[in-house]
Amino acid sequence: MNRKGGTTAVTVQSANDDIGIEKRLELYRLQVEIRDCEKRAYDLFMQNLIKGTSHLSLGQEAIAAAFGVAMEKNDKSFCTYRGHAHTLARGVGMEKMLGELMLRDVGLMRGKGGSMHLTSVEHGVMGSYAIIGAHLPIACGSAWRAQYLGEPDVAVCFFGDGTTNIGAFHEALNFAAIWKLPVVFVCENNLYMEYTPIHEVIPVENPAGDRAGAYGLEKIVIDGNDADVVFRTARAAIEKARAGEGPSLIEALTYRHSGHSRADPAKYRPSGELEKWLERDPLKIYRARLEEHGVAGDTIAAIEAESKRKVDEATEVCKASPPAPVELLTTDVYADGGWAWRN
Amino acid sequence: MAELSYRDAVIRGIAQEMERDERVVMIGEDIAKAGGVFKATVGLYDRFGPRRVRDTPISEQAILGAAMGAAMTGLRPIAEIMFSDFIAVCFDYIANEFPKTRYMTNGQMGCPLVVRTGNGGGVRFGAQHSQSVENWSMMIPGLKVVAPSSPADVVGLMAAAIRDNDPVIFHEHKALYATKGEVPDGEIIDTLGTAKILKAGSDCTIVALAMMVPRSLEAAAILERDHGIKAEVVDLRSLVPLDTRTILGSVAKTGRLFTVEENPRLCGWGAEIASIVADEAFWDLDGPIVRITTPHIPLPAADHLEDLAIPSVDRIVARVSRVMNG
Repeated sequence: MNRKGGTTAVTVQSANDDIGIEKRLELYRLQVEIRDCEKRAYDLFMQNLIKGTSHLSLGQEAIAAAFGVAMEKNDKSFCTYRGHAHTLARGVGMEKMLGELMLRDVGLMRGKGGSMHLTSVEHGVMGSYAIIGAHLPIACGSAWRAQYLGEPDVAVCFFGDGTTNIGAFHEALNFAAIWKLPVVFVCENNLYMEYTPIHEVIPVENPAGDRAGAYGLEKIVIDGNDADVVFRTARAAIEKARAGEGPSLIEALTYRHSGHSRADPAKYRPSGELEKWLERDPLKIYRARLEEHGVAGDTIAAIEAESKRKVDEATEVCKASPPAPVELLTTDVYADGGWAWRN
Repeated sequence: MAELSYRDAVIRGIAQEMERDERVVMIGEDIAKAGGVFKATVGLYDRFGPRRVRDTPISEQAILGAAMGAAMTGLRPIAEIMFSDFIAVCFDYIANEFPKTRYMTNGQMGCPLVVRTGNGGGVRFGAQHSQSVENWSMMIPGLKVVAPSSPADVVGLMAAAIRDNDPVIFHEHKALYATKGEVPDGEIIDTLGTAKILKAGSDCTIVALAMMVPRSLEAAAILERDHGIKAEVVDLRSLVPLDTRTILGSVAKTGRLFTVEENPRLCGWGAEIASIVADEAFWDLDGPIVRITTPHIPLPAADHLEDLAIPSVDRIVARVSRVMNG
């Protein structure tokens, strides 16, 4: 990775920038890697090397990447079945993630979890939850533990716009607010609740933003496709939580370029909508941003080339990995490592 | 040795563990200043303070979700679901979240928590506050399921549940809270998955749980006195882990098995035990396995109807004596 070289070339021009060139390059690198890795996941599906289902977040990379950069190592993230991006953004290697999608031994959970259940405790990725909304109260619990033990970590909880209509959303927001928990709730509003436009199923303009006031929280609705905007918002919310000033609810407006899941061709979208959002592709926005900040074209190209190389390399590692070993079938049901429910 | 109520045994078991381990914390509705709707947490707030004994809003999903998040990251929470019927409101956590954490993550993290809940009927609360729901949890891989019948067992099994590294659903029986029993002094730690033979007998085995244990013991005394039938009474104490060794050993001795369940008949835990015994001890049996249960109905509120529904001492005596003498 020649990130350091790129940094040296432009440091002077960015001296007064509140984000700084090093973080900007990291933001771009993460967005590119997430994009490339998810595109590869799609290709592997087409080759039948990934089974089951998968929920890509192509077009939503800025949010995961910005939080990934804004979070400290010990912070905990909680995501959904659309969680590949959030997992990579915390530093989990591509072969671990693609390996899990391919249900191979090299995967994060050696194939026992699959695409919808990515977890890497060592990276603070405290699970991908496949039941809509379940993880909001769970993130509260992690934040409660931090508050109780006086530990400095913050829980960041990602979810989609559809989640804002489930009871657990409201229970968690109320709970976090009354206990002033160090948790940041991040609604990725990609305009669709699975196949249905979110505006058909909510009575307000902003599914999260307009409901924040009900829990005494500030309405925060941001451009989720601009990694700088998300990063600044993330940094402020995390700092606030860490300072003991309680939770935040952020609604980041974005758009998923593909359907809800592998099975969904997204034909319900009005014509022209995707094209309009492709103009606002977070990678496109951020590439231009780097150029504005004087980052050399070579540096950008090197980041992109390095990402492609990493994805290719990870793919080969995964293809060479054996499938999940048979003995895993009955391990880790109970804490003794086994599955015995009787003596 | 001191006589303690089942209710006070709950408090003593929790206090013992909170004293020992600062990671043990409690959350639930009205458990702190109010001392719990069944008064089963009285004094804990005063003793351990608002940091460790915390009231929550009426938000069962948040209670169990928060307990899980805390358990996954280092605490040992005890969460109260006031009436076990309300577990249905937050069943996602019981069915999808706690029990699968360890397996799905390939052992990366577990969920060491206790869900305490007021279970069972007999107190005229009607169909939505009286159910015996231990079966709901029993069928889910990854959970442990406990339901003690005596104050001494409450203390020891509560300690064992809190120290266990798996999620445990701990059913306290509402109609037993006021009952009393001798509890040994000092620290008590029991073992999950150990049934107890509370009365030895040679003619038949009666397997029971929670409130059905004292009723089965009373029935066994009558069976012996009035019918000359020596019944052995086994208190399961936990459904998961299940002490099949004690059950099979008892059936090998007596040759007959009765299960006494408070929950409705369909898919009750007695069916599982009958199946295990039929599979593994068929040649020990001298007659059919008989399940005594609540009928497949919601519980009525009217006292005489509720008494008809839940297995009574008379019903146990009548059924066992008829089958044994038949």
